[in-house]
Amino acid sequence: MGIIIALNFNIIRIYKNSYFYFRKPLKLSSMKILVPIKRVVDANIKVRVAADNTGVDLNNVKMSMNPFCEIAVEEAVRLKEQGLATEVIAVTIGEEKSQEQLRTAMALGADRSIWIEQSGPVEPLAIAKLLQAVVEKEAPDLVILGKQSIDGDNNQVGQMLAALCDMPQGTFAFKLMIEDGRAIVSREVDGGEQVVSLALPAVVTTDLRLNEPRYAKLPDIMKAKKKPVEHMTPEALGVVVKSSLKTLSVSEPAGRSAGVLVSSAQELVEKLRNEAKVLP
Amino acid sequence: MSVLVIAEHNNLSLNAVTGSVIRAAGLIDPEIHVLVAGTGCEAVAAAAGQYQGVTKVLLADNPVYEHQLPETLTGLLLSISDDYAAILAAATTSGKNLLPRIAALLDVGQISDIVGVHSANTFVRPIYAGNALATVESSDSIKIITVRTSAFDEAGKGEGSVLIEPLDQVITQDKSQFFSENLSTSERPELAGAAIVVSGGRGLGSAENFQLLEKLADKLGAAVGASRAAVDAGYVGNDLQVGQTGKIVAPDLYIAVGISGAIQHLAGMKDSKVIVAINNDADAPIFQVADYGLVADLFQVLPELEALL
Repeated sequence: MGIIIALNFNIIRIYKNSYFYFRKPLKLSSMKILVPIKRVVDANIKVRVAADNTGVDLNNVKMSMNPFCEIAVEEAVRLKEQGLATEVIAVTIGEEKSQEQLRTAMALGADRSIWIEQSGPVEPLAIAKLLQAVVEKEAPDLVILGKQSIDGDNNQVGQMLAALCDMPQGTFAFKLMIEDGRAIVSREVDGGEQVVSLALPAVVTTDLRLNEPRYAKLPDIMKAKKKPVEHMTPEALGVVVKSSLKTLSVSEPAGRSAGVLVSSAQELVEKLRNEAKVLP
Repeated sequence: MSVLVIAEHNNLSLNAVTGSVIRAAGLIDPEIHVLVAGTGCEAVAAAAGQYQGVTKVLLADNPVYEHQLPETLTGLLLSISDDYAAILAAATTSGKNLLPRIAALLDVGQISDIVGVHSANTFVRPIYAGNALATVESSDSIKIITVRTSAFDEAGKGEGSVLIEPLDQVITQDKSQFFSENLSTSERPELAGAAIVVSGGRGLGSAENFQLLEKLADKLGAAVGASRAAVDAGYVGNDLQVGQTGKIVAPDLYIAVGISGAIQHLAGMKDSKVIVAINNDADAPIFQVADYGLVADLFQVLPELEALL
């Protein structure tokens, strides 16, 4: 139940005497939203494979919040600004530096955050189990997260979390509305668009066109330094982090040989027809 | 142990990408079953049985499966998953929506978007927008896999005459309801599997100008694609977006018109056999992957090309 602290005692008196005091608070206006986010290599960087083929070279590479996670934070904050949610909690799993992304999320409008400390890569199922433990603890009405992270490109966590929590899912969302205690999710699908109606609590994963995230303003960045970050561990959450997919090697994709510049449409067609032989 | 392929279909017809998934599945185990879950989809089941390697088609034909909601299909899959060494689906929005739910409830991981099969437990998959390829080994008791269908040719035709086994389980749930859909209807070939793709970017400037591109595509019998910028700007619908988080294509010929070639776009088309770039900016990154590049005004070149073809 939401508790509203009002400085004006007249308002409290009216509230107590009114019908609204005895009515169960509408879930709509007191939604709690959980936003899992991830620290990844910045989207503008073209990564290179490490010389020993064990992985990708991450030395001195700029790290940022996953773009789809930024969209998730933005959507949650907008729901709060619309009066449909009262609390936005960001959560991340990673090493100490991941807290930078939590500070960013709070600068963008998240009220508080949770840092689950775990070093090294964590597989999607393990991430989903850790998030499930947080969901059980926090009981959010909505979990909004990015559809995929641009490093692993797995596109699994949201769906796995929904299944573990027995929640419905609205993936690849380009529009989200909350109506009558349900999440109406418009999704981008291969052939166009689909709309599903989900009972709350639900999991929504964000697609590119859901919104355009704001930039954190300096005053908010300063304020975010004082917002709480709760430190947790998998052990404290009762989760054993397991791994079932071993990376044997990482290699560069086959390179393309250098191309040629042509000087006219005619030359292009001639080469495509006679040299490349790809024209019907 | 046999493997299960989840058919990609729209109740009326089987999507050819299923053939590519069957090809990939055959590299794990030669005995393949195909699940067709939908409404009024007997024709889809019959088509699924035509592929080489398919020994059985499981048909779950019921109104509850009409829109293939993952919350409903998960229950169905869990009731039959015991018998399989692997469950595969195309890395389409349907496959991606459904498979992780199954994996989580079976308490196993998922291997997404495979482009290669080395053995029944070793696969190759792209990471970092395809800038790296990871060879991974799964120790899970059942492998849950989505397949990047542009990396596998469609399986050949089999001998025919495959057993179609009806599944009677009717799984219902009410937490997720289908509300509506708006799917594009086009005579043109679909992006997935098209031999030629003509793709437009921000350089086209407007939705009307995209028609110039469409005329060229029609002359070539090609599919039409677009960059994220063109979709964001509203020139075309999202179903045409080629890129890291859109459609991944690998046609024989990819013609990129007015597309600068951002990392995320390249991720969706850099495995095309021949890439052509037409752009008036000589410094556009697309020229670094193009086999043939034409630095010119696309509004001049497009009509010229159309006349020559």
